[in-house]
Amino acid sequence: MKKIKRVYVWEIPVRFYHWLNFLSVTTLAVTGYLIGSPLAIQNSAEASFSYWFGTLRFVHFVAAFVFFFNFLFRIYWGFAGNKYANWKSFIPLSSKAWKEMLEVLKLDIFLRKGKPLRSTGHNALAGLTYFITFLAFLFQSVTGFGMYSAMSNSFFPKLFAWIVPLMGGDFAVRQWHHAMMWVFVIFAIVHVYLVFYHDYVEGRGIISSMGGGWKFVEKKD
Amino acid sequence: MSEVPTIYEHMRMKGYSRRDFLKFCAWITAFMGVEASGLGKVVRAMETKPRLPVVWFHFQECTCCSESFIRSSHPIVADIILDKISLDYTETLQAAAGFQAEEALHQTMKKYKGQYLMLVEGSVPLGEDGVFCCIGGRTALDIVKEAAAGAKAIIAWGSCASNGCIQAARPNPTQATPVHKIITDKPIINVPGCPPIAEVMAGTIVHLLAFDRIPQLDGLGRPKAFYSRRVHDTCYRRPNYDAGLFVESFDDENARRGYCLYKMGCRGPVTYNSCGVIKWNNGVSYPIQSGHPCIGCSEESFWDNGPFYQHLASFPGFGIETTADDIGLAVGAVTVAGIAAHAITTNIKRKNLINQEIAESKKEGGE
Repeated sequence: MKKIKRVYVWEIPVRFYHWLNFLSVTTLAVTGYLIGSPLAIQNSAEASFSYWFGTLRFVHFVAAFVFFFNFLFRIYWGFAGNKYANWKSFIPLSSKAWKEMLEVLKLDIFLRKGKPLRSTGHNALAGLTYFITFLAFLFQSVTGFGMYSAMSNSFFPKLFAWIVPLMGGDFAVRQWHHAMMWVFVIFAIVHVYLVFYHDYVEGRGIISSMGGGWKFVEKKD
Repeated sequence: MSEVPTIYEHMRMKGYSRRDFLKFCAWITAFMGVEASGLGKVVRAMETKPRLPVVWFHFQECTCCSESFIRSSHPIVADIILDKISLDYTETLQAAAGFQAEEALHQTMKKYKGQYLMLVEGSVPLGEDGVFCCIGGRTALDIVKEAAAGAKAIIAWGSCASNGCIQAARPNPTQATPVHKIITDKPIINVPGCPPIAEVMAGTIVHLLAFDRIPQLDGLGRPKAFYSRRVHDTCYRRPNYDAGLFVESFDDENARRGYCLYKMGCRGPVTYNSCGVIKWNNGVSYPIQSGHPCIGCSEESFWDNGPFYQHLASFPGFGIETTADDIGLAVGAVTVAGIAAHAITTNIKRKNLINQEIAESKKEGGE
């Protein structure tokens, strides 16, 4: 008979970060897409009567600041949080991690039943994937604030102005910033599906773990 | 009169009055973005400084920069700056040709070593040892290196010399290279644009002349006075942008109303230039005012960022009109299809296993 115990995996800051990140990324992707291809509004009103595109951009910029500082906070928590939130769980440093990655691939892609996954927090493959998304976060932040620096007098966006000459001008920065948005969209689709999938095949309560923080693991006898 | 006539003396010889001269100084000072109190300095410099020896090279270019410059709205620019200041060597405008022209160049370079201003119009080919552009039997690369060695400062005229322009567009068969990537030990001012605005060119030269140092430059080596703001920031159609009023096609009602050209591919939001302020042809108009989106001619690789009438560029490696959005959507669709297939397979393949686990859990729960 299997013995199940509860483990408090995701602390409040981690869960708070996760859902704030969800909100800001969703807002950024939707507003960003609309900034790239605005809706056609056929009206004969004077420009001075409306400001919807300006508002749309404003929302995008505000969400960007929320996103960025939330991201910074998560990096900090990678050092301050519990072992499941630690930065080491994102980078496969041990051969054990690489072996587990192979197990996850077998389970996810070939639908094979291997040994049950031992990781309580992220599995090794998920950790690495999140690490790559952190790099994408960094890229979006740098390119976004780099473009923003041209229209701001604040010192903060100016810290990112160097990316523009490096990439050969605002156009290239905009192009890559836009393309990277799709990486977020694809990630979100796969991420949500895999959470459901693992919840289904592992039965460890992975979906609810990001709500209440608890996961269920088998007790070692 | 001094032995080497000053610019002011040249102007007087040409028949310009003191009043004309002062008007010119005030005009050019304003364009340079120098505060009013700096006017005295400009006037003084023009009165006292001897002509600046200048050599003006033409490499892989179309001469639109020279054309723009001689069409400056102020006659003194063409008459004095170009005529009297710059005529030591410039292939298109000088009277001398062949051997004599080269002789003039070498005399200037020798006599004014370390003092002359070097203006470069056009890119320099590096491919095949630079044979794509030779003057007097020597490659552009050779000439640039030799002339730069004795130059006080270099101005790269236009997009060719400052970022490669059309010659450097993919696949760049001649390996066209902007000057700042070849010469790294001299002060270089990039004045991009295809062509740059005449007043911007004149302002840059006068700044060098009056203050004896290069103007403040931005991260891409462009004078801040002219390139610190985007065409978008000074665009008179900007309120339509903020209001979300866009032209949808060139023949629609919105185009007639003068709405923003953003959706027609306008590069104003990503282009740094003074077109919205100084404008063209004596300040008559500029592309957006004439109903055409900005094509971003002063930005690096603007030829590769096409098509001009699309907001997003075509994605490198895909079809001409394939944007990041098309690719993103396609990848998204494939992902969703893959997930659907995965979910179905999971349920078929693992059905027994999951049923088994359900049974097990029932047993454990004692139900």
